[in-house]
This record gives sequence, C-alpha cells and structure tokens, in this order.
Amino acid sequence: MTKKPFWTGRRRDHLAGYLFVAPQLLGSIVFVFVPLGLVFWYSLHEWNVLADTFDFVGAQNYQALADDPKLPGVLAATGLFSVGLVALNLSLALLLAVLLNQRLRGTIFFRTVFFSPVVVSLVAWTIVWGFLLQDNGGINGMLGAIGVDGPNWLRGETTAMVSVVVVQVVKNVGLNMVLFLAALQGVPANLYEAAKVDGAGRWRQFRTITVPLISPTILLTMIITVVGSLQIFAQIAVLTQGGPGTSTTVLVYYLYQQAFQFHHFGYGATLSVLLFAIVLVLTVVQWQLRKKWVFHES
Amino acid sequence: MKIRATALALAGLLALTACGGKTEEPAAAGPVSLRMTVWTSNEAHLKLFNEIAAAYRAEHPNVTEIKFDPIPFESYTTTLTTQIAGGNGPDLAWVLENAAPDFVSSGALVPLDGYDTSDLVPAATKLWQKDGKLVAYPFSTSPFGVFVNNDLLKAAGQPTAAELIAQGKWTWDNVIAAATAVNTKSGKAGLVVRDFDYKGWDNLSTVWAGWGAEAWSADGKTCGFNKPAMVEAMTFLHRAIFTGKALPGPGTTADFFAGDAGMTITQISRASLLKDGKFGWDLVPLPSGPKGNYAVIGQAGLGALKKGRNAKAAAEFLTYFTNAANSAKLAAYFPPPRKSQLNAETLAKTNPLLKPDQLQKVVVDGISTGVVKPSHSGQAEIAQAVRAALDPLWKADANVTAVLDGVCSSINPLLAK
Repeated sequence: MTKKPFWTGRRRDHLAGYLFVAPQLLGSIVFVFVPLGLVFWYSLHEWNVLADTFDFVGAQNYQALADDPKLPGVLAATGLFSVGLVALNLSLALLLAVLLNQRLRGTIFFRTVFFSPVVVSLVAWTIVWGFLLQDNGGINGMLGAIGVDGPNWLRGETTAMVSVVVVQVVKNVGLNMVLFLAALQGVPANLYEAAKVDGAGRWRQFRTITVPLISPTILLTMIITVVGSLQIFAQIAVLTQGGPGTSTTVLVYYLYQQAFQFHHFGYGATLSVLLFAIVLVLTVVQWQLRKKWVFHES
Repeated sequence: MKIRATALALAGLLALTACGGKTEEPAAAGPVSLRMTVWTSNEAHLKLFNEIAAAYRAEHPNVTEIKFDPIPFESYTTTLTTQIAGGNGPDLAWVLENAAPDFVSSGALVPLDGYDTSDLVPAATKLWQKDGKLVAYPFSTSPFGVFVNNDLLKAAGQPTAAELIAQGKWTWDNVIAAATAVNTKSGKAGLVVRDFDYKGWDNLSTVWAGWGAEAWSADGKTCGFNKPAMVEAMTFLHRAIFTGKALPGPGTTADFFAGDAGMTITQISRASLLKDGKFGWDLVPLPSGPKGNYAVIGQAGLGALKKGRNAKAAAEFLTYFTNAANSAKLAAYFPPPRKSQLNAETLAKTNPLLKPDQLQKVVVDGISTGVVKPSHSGQAEIAQAVRAALDPLWKADANVTAVLDGVCSSINPLLAK
C-alpha cells in the first residue's frame, strides 16, 4: 500500500490561500471581532473601574437604556446632525464636482482648495474654527464689517448645531467631491452629445444622464457619509462639549460621557451596541434601496 | 470559514477576558519601577520632583525608575480612569478635589497606615480620609485670590485693590464697579473667573461663597442652587455679566496674565505666570460678600493606587515624597497642608514673586478659614448635569430663579444616589 503524501497539490493551494488572507484575517479578529464581542460582553456588566468591580447584571443596562430620559434628546440631536450633514455634504460635493468638471481655467486650483481641508488634522481644524466662531471671533468680525450683528454661534442651541455641521462639511466635502469628479469623468461624452442633438437642456442632461450614471457613486458616498456622521465625536468635544444644554450631545459623545467621564463603562458599552445596531440597520436599508434607484452598477 | 472565524474570535475573547481578570501579583522584592501621573508639565515642577525621586532612589537601590507622567489638566481624570480601566494605571496619581470622593470612597487608593498626621491641618485632610484613615496626602491646598492689574485699574480712574482694602471697601459691589469701569474705558475684560468659561461652574464657588451659598449641603444630599443665598449671588453675577459687562460674556475669552483683563480670580500657583509680567500687579484675598470675608480653596491629593503592581513601594515613596523636608521644597509651588510650614516666612522663602503680606492674607488665612470647592461622589455626572442646566442662565433675558430651580430638579436624582 502506498501512502498518499500529506501535501497534495490541493492542500498546498489551500495553505497558500489561508496564508495570503492570514494578515488581514488576524487584523480583523484582533481589532474588529474581539472588540465587538467584548463590547457585547461589557454591556451585560456593571463595571466600576475605581472600585475594581465587574459584576454580571444581565439585561439591566438594556433596561436602563430603554428608561434613559436623556436618550430621546440624544437620538434627536444625532438624527438632526446626520440629516443636516448628509444633505449639505452630498449636495455641495455634487455641485462643486459638476462646477469643477468644466474645462475652465483654474479648476485644478479650486479642486486643490476644496480638497485641502481633508488632509488637515481634524482637531487642529476644529480648534481654529472654535476661535473663529467665538462671539468676538473672526466670523462675527467679518459679518460686522458688512453691518451684520452675528449671533454667538456656539452658545445658541440652533446655531451651535448649524456650526458643527458646517465645520464638518467644509472639512470633508472635498473627499466626496473628488469621488463625484471621478464618477463624472467616467460618463461617456457621446451621451451628452446625443442628448444635445435631441434638444435636452443642461438640467435635463444632468437629471437623466449624469445622475443615473453616477448613482453607484452617490450610493457609496451616501453610505460613507451617513456612517461617518453617526460617529462624529472630536468636533463636538472641541467645539461644544455637547452644549449649550444638551443640544449637541450626539450618541457617540453621550457614550463617551457615560463611559469615560461618568465611569459607567457597562452602560457606555450598551450605548455602543445601540450605535452598532443603528449603523447596521441604516447600511442594510441603503444597500437594499440601491436596487430601486442605482442603475448602471458594474 | 465564517464559523471558523467566529470560533477564533470567541477564543480570543475568552483569552482576553481571562487576562483581564484579577491576578494579584506578590509584592515585588526585585527591581521596582514607579510611575506617577501629574497634571503639571512645568519644567521647574518636574525638575524638583525628579530631584526628590533621585534622592529616594539613592537610598532604595531596588527602585530602578520613578517616572512623572504629565497628563493635560483638562482631561486628567478621564485619562487616568481610562488608563486604570485598560489595566495600565499608574502606581501613584495626583487626584483633583472634584474627583476625591470617587477615588477615596471606592477604595481605589492604598490607606496610608502609619502616616504621621500630627502636623497636618485637619481642614486640609478632611476630603482625603476613608473611615478615619488618610488615603491620600493633600500635597496642594491652594486658596483662590484675586490678581489685579493695577495699570488697567488706574487707567480706568479706579482706586487699586490695595487702596480699597485699606479703606475697608474691598467688597463685591466695588470690585464689579471697578471691573465695569475697566471694560468701559479700555474695552478689555474687567474681571475673569479663570477656568469658568461658562462651563467650569464649580469655579463660581469663589463668588457665591461670599453670599454663604453652596452647591449642595455638607452631607451632599440637598441641592443648594435654588436656596435664597444662591439665587441672590447668581442674580448679582448675572447682572454683573449682562448689565455691567464687568465679566466677559459667554464665548469670549480674555487672559489676565497676557494683560487682557483688569482682575482675575484664580489660585496663587498661577503667580509663576507673572514672572515676566509687563504690568503692575497685586494679589489680594477674595472681596467680602454680603456674608463678610470668606476664602475658597482648591485641593489636590496624592495617592497610591491599590491596583498598581507595586502598591506597597508606591505608598512608601509617597510617604517620602511628602515628608516634612520635601514638603518644604514642594511649598515653592504647592501650598503645604502642614501647620509647621504654613507661615508667611516659610512660604516667602520659596515664593519670591509674592510679598509676605500677600502670603499671610491669601494663603495662610485662606487655608485656615477656607471652604473647599464643591465635590461629591459621581461628580463628573453631576457637573455635566449642572453645566447643561445652567446654560440657559447665560443669556441677557434669563429668569435666574427658574433656571436655578431647573438645576436642582436636574441634579436631585444624582445627589440622592
């Protein structure tokens, strides 16, 4: 009887495959799956760091979540921020991309100008805006020069939220703009020519050719922006610390307060689970919706 | 594949939680290295600490390293507790007075058995005891005083603080009048309550204590924000901000030490910022309020963490770091809690920028009569609730009584915990 060699060609191929994916898989396990599992685990515990106690409390934290009187306000602020950010970011990015897709002088310069905030350090960017938005800061100085008495941006409930949204949009709109630009340049020029021959105006061309053809990119940027908007933290921490009142206390900032400032690590973990669930649901919904309105998907 | 990945993740999770369990290590007899978290990054402070540490290591060869690890003040307590949560806590830590109740009551600190407390001022150690035992040494007991820019006051046609004091007129009414005059005349800020910035409300205790008001009762159970004394004090402050423009309004910053304000309320340790001061200045006690003279002190304690790997060695170093001889050296920057050192002569040796008279009136008298800034267990959550509830007060048309009632209804459930 001849013994079959262990290392058959098939097994070798398998091993090679596993070795190729190993670094990525290991990274995912250590930095994604294990922390994810731990967050669920922590959410079932009451963890007092100072007293060094870690007690299993079952669903108690989830009950607290359901009963938390502050949570509706936090979710409302989060929703308001996300809607404002996504609407403003995507429409501005698309507008800029369309404008900068023209063959005009200086488009390269403006592309660079709008993209450059993306590479600036987030916290440095936000701190500078914090100074500009002070009552006696640069924004109100400019408004004053044209005779407008600007509001105390970061101290009013509405203006604080608007400020945070705008600061974030200006910071990141360049990234979506570049993605849109790339998509726009992939739209075949002959479609526009044909449309022109048929007598379609600019708006008609945009609506019936541009938008459908770049819809995969719109979906992508939308998912990225929605997920990113739900995770906003640094801007809130630097600009408003959740105030005035609790008007800009979004979910991640609330989670940070509960876990790291109030030392309710268990409840903080529970809020993380909630955030995870929200992001998951929104992403799945958007992904499903794509079948309805994303055309030309490769 | 998916199943295998999940299994691996679970195995990793179990391994990690097992590691996270409590594994008490035996007291190290071998080489010991200690780490102390501090919130100062001042070179002179760190130099002094390192000198004391070097002297200790010369006597204790098994201690190979003593590291002072500065953490920014704004996020100090958060960073410290996060380090502890991550199993990466220091061996010794400075603790701010507002975090004291949490650190002391939770049992996170090693009791300093056998520490000779006979020389310590009882008022200074009150916050740092558990079951009658000292668990942290209040290495800094720093009274609040008023730094005055005499040049700005004179330019505004106002008497200096020293003149007002000499006439017995150093009162809150006159301070606000002078601050308003500075603002009207120079456009600079009149009076800045440092570190308040319409967020750090506990710094306002330096004002309301003059009305006999308090954030909560001594037992921590009853909210004090809607009591008559507090309503009166806050009404006065609100008027000073929005009618008198004596204090810079919300969202406006002014740095006294850069010459941008007439007066500022802060702790005496800030005097070092005036080393290259380009204006004539003075340091005086807090003005008298309707309830007469008063003082407010901020405190910082030093404790050894029970969870640290070398808790025993850390406690031993703490005892050495704060003994009478070293306390005298530390007094250069941090007012000591020791009776034997709390006199103007001792303090003057190490505080060249301050005159003996200033040290006596602000520091020595302040420590013996002062009330400590508000502190409560679960302070971070209470502080956040108060900040959010006080926000509506910082508008010109605010209804002070209604806002303060709101503060109490917001924090009552937390005080009851």
